[in-house]
Amino acid sequence: MKVENEMTLIIPALSKNESFARSTVAAFAVEMDPSLEEINDIKTAVCEAVTNSIVHGYKKQQGTITINGKIIDKVLHITISDNGVGIEDIEMARQPYFTTRPEDERTGMGFTVMETFMDTLEVLPNENGGLKVIMTKTIKG
Amino acid sequence: MRIENKVFNNTLYIAIYGELDEYTAVYTRNELDKLIDHNDMKRVVVDLSELTFMDSTGVGIMIGRFKKLKSKSIPIFIANPSKTVDKIFSMTGLYEIMPKIS
Repeated sequence: MKVENEMTLIIPALSKNESFARSTVAAFAVEMDPSLEEINDIKTAVCEAVTNSIVHGYKKQQGTITINGKIIDKVLHITISDNGVGIEDIEMARQPYFTTRPEDERTGMGFTVMETFMDTLEVLPNENGGLKVIMTKTIKG
Repeated sequence: MRIENKVFNNTLYIAIYGELDEYTAVYTRNELDKLIDHNDMKRVVVDLSELTFMDSTGVGIMIGRFKKLKSKSIPIFIANPSKTVDKIFSMTGLYEIMPKIS
């Protein structure tokens, strides 16, 4: 399996960077000739993961988010990682409607949205603390 | 992000333009609350035809507005969502509390 193209984006964990992050990953995927629906699915999934890092991982404090994209055999691989507080019980956090911040009008649907809009989703502790989210999507065009 | 409104036939019509994410969440929440607080209406219709992006943060905002309106017994409806927004609303069950109208 040969990596046909690759990108890495390192950004401060600021909500104003969400739009930039999702648009950049979408632009990276364009060479795979995705449909408009696939582009929107990718943007939404990326935004959910980045929001999670900003709001949960870093509690809106200073931090860095790393986004890596790879294209291998028509499959887009996206890894989004942070060095925030991480998640103690990942299995529970992945349940639909699970949120630690209901008072902030959080739905607890972030991971469910990522899972639905992409083909695969892995949520892992990051090396040196924090969280790593790995998602893949086969682009059919 | 821009929000427009009009009141007609006891209905508050709200149109949301742009992208709704964590960055635009505070502005959107405040503007919607101002409109809800400062108008006299029997129902609210939110037109999303010009909303080009929304994630689950946006769903949270809509649920918050639903709760606020429910305390005043005012129903809220969604009109013209894009395919992607429609997908998020369907999967999160949002249409069960704010039906889609055409």
